[in-house]
Amino acid sequence: MKKTIYILLAIGLTTIATNFARGEDAVNVSRTQTILGMTKPILVSLSGFTGEAAEVLKFDLYVQGFNFVAPEAAQYVISGSDNGAVVGSVRDTVSKKDLFSRSYNGASVRRQAHAFADDIVQAVQVLPGGQPVKIIGQSKIAYKSQSPSGPGEIFIADFDGAGAQAITSDNAIVAKPAWVPGKLALYYTSYARSNPDIYFHSLASGQRRTIASYSGLNSGAAVSPDGTRVAMVLSKSGSPNIWVCDADGSNLKRLTTGAEDSSPCWSPTGDTICFAMKANGRRRLATVPAGGGEVHYLPTTGAPSPSEPDWSPDGKWIAFTCQGGDFSICVMPADGKVPPMVLVSGQNPSWAANSRTLVYNHGRDGAQKLSVLDVFTKQYKDCRRAAGSNSQPAWAR
Amino acid sequence: MKINRLIFPLVIALAAMIVSTGCKHGYSKTTELKNPQRYIPGPGNERPETQQPQMPTPMPYDPNAGVGVVNVPHPEGPIGTTTNWNPVDMNQDRATLAANMVHFKFDSSVVVDNEQANVSAVAAFMSGDAAAKLLIEGHCDERGTEEYNRSLGERRALALREALNKAGVNADRIRTLSFGKDKPAEFGHDEAAWAKNRRGEFVVCRPK
Repeated sequence: MKKTIYILLAIGLTTIATNFARGEDAVNVSRTQTILGMTKPILVSLSGFTGEAAEVLKFDLYVQGFNFVAPEAAQYVISGSDNGAVVGSVRDTVSKKDLFSRSYNGASVRRQAHAFADDIVQAVQVLPGGQPVKIIGQSKIAYKSQSPSGPGEIFIADFDGAGAQAITSDNAIVAKPAWVPGKLALYYTSYARSNPDIYFHSLASGQRRTIASYSGLNSGAAVSPDGTRVAMVLSKSGSPNIWVCDADGSNLKRLTTGAEDSSPCWSPTGDTICFAMKANGRRRLATVPAGGGEVHYLPTTGAPSPSEPDWSPDGKWIAFTCQGGDFSICVMPADGKVPPMVLVSGQNPSWAANSRTLVYNHGRDGAQKLSVLDVFTKQYKDCRRAAGSNSQPAWAR
Repeated sequence: MKINRLIFPLVIALAAMIVSTGCKHGYSKTTELKNPQRYIPGPGNERPETQQPQMPTPMPYDPNAGVGVVNVPHPEGPIGTTTNWNPVDMNQDRATLAANMVHFKFDSSVVVDNEQANVSAVAAFMSGDAAAKLLIEGHCDERGTEEYNRSLGERRALALREALNKAGVNADRIRTLSFGKDKPAEFGHDEAAWAKNRRGEFVVCRPK
């Protein structure tokens, strides 16, 4: 009897001790290296998972800087099963400690595997200063899918392309969906009424309305980080320029007066807008204060004909598309102090909440597909495709 | 015996804790996944309801009828060249000025000299038919990104409007419509196809 008590007590104390120890370890485990395109992946082994669970775990981890090796070569051994529900554990082979073990309930096996991948990322990657990494496994993307002759619809899907569903039934040219941060709502362009107009569409209610349908071009909506303002391109004053308005389309203000502007995006602080423009026949990236003010060019040496900028949520990076012979995804520090790095072939980059993974499209016109890229290791994977040419993805964050 | 009485509840509590945390199976915690909709913006990225910005009230949307879409009037009233007519409400005639389609150089919205004859012909037509309005469609080749080309196509249509305006056509009679690279005339991937796709088309609009 007494023996049993002691054994049980010992197990209990060990559990508590392990829990305490984990907190300290996490900080020392592996600080995330952030060298654009040159970071070595974190080596892990994966065993016990089958079918969709294995597919999801491999996808999620690969596009967040992990790669897969045999258990002997792995720094982290990930094991578990997906028999009915996902259960999994992670062991650090360097410190010889179990980082965590967990089981998952509810939703679907895919969602459970995404949740396990999120837990692995947060247990293994720690930002400088000990802040947890932002998780992305259960986030959504929006994008357009169109037929070669033009008409298409706006789609939403899991970020790996699973569970795609059309949210429009316009059978018209559609373009550039943009999420309202933290909300089930999108802005996008549709030619449903034979003109490129900007719509606000609540996914919660399924209802929508136009917020900009002026003469000429209304396109490229981008929502401010606090969700209260929308930047866009309007041509109603005689040239395609950057304008901002309130979420409902009111309080319209013109920010630029150049010949040909496109693709506004917001800094995470909400005080600056970055956009593509043409000056003296040359395509450039520029910034303008969101409240109005001087336009400043960004240095993009080595990345010809830049367009489609997107500012990372942590404020450090601007991803954009450059065009030499082909389109390429480029990333540069937002302060412009280091020249852009050309990473992979593709267009339309959009940052995930973690500020290291991008969704983008690539391939021939008429047969574009979406991919997800880790900008530090340059590892990328194709998403599942919806029928048609998939492009202009926007990552919900 | 006394010790046992003290220790027993402790043991039971400890055992219960171990079972509940799943230690028996080697999995110490369980994560319950909830309503999938909750996760669209990503867990942990949502803000409390009180901090959510006020969004416009959605209007009824009927995808079949195309109604339920509400125009937001500009608070300062029409600016620049905003027109009070809409090609959607008019009879559109693509044939009359089809021969006067204008082509552009790569990545350029300049109306070149040898296209001036087409501009003059369109201007002459417009001055001879006072009731007619004009829709100018701007198009691009597949080189250049989508939104960049949407702006370039618009710039091309606007350049043609400016040229027609110089030739005496009131700008209020003209609307511009950019298709970017979404509506190519040719589907090829060579200069021959690209040259045909960099174009401005004139659609005559008359009241129904």
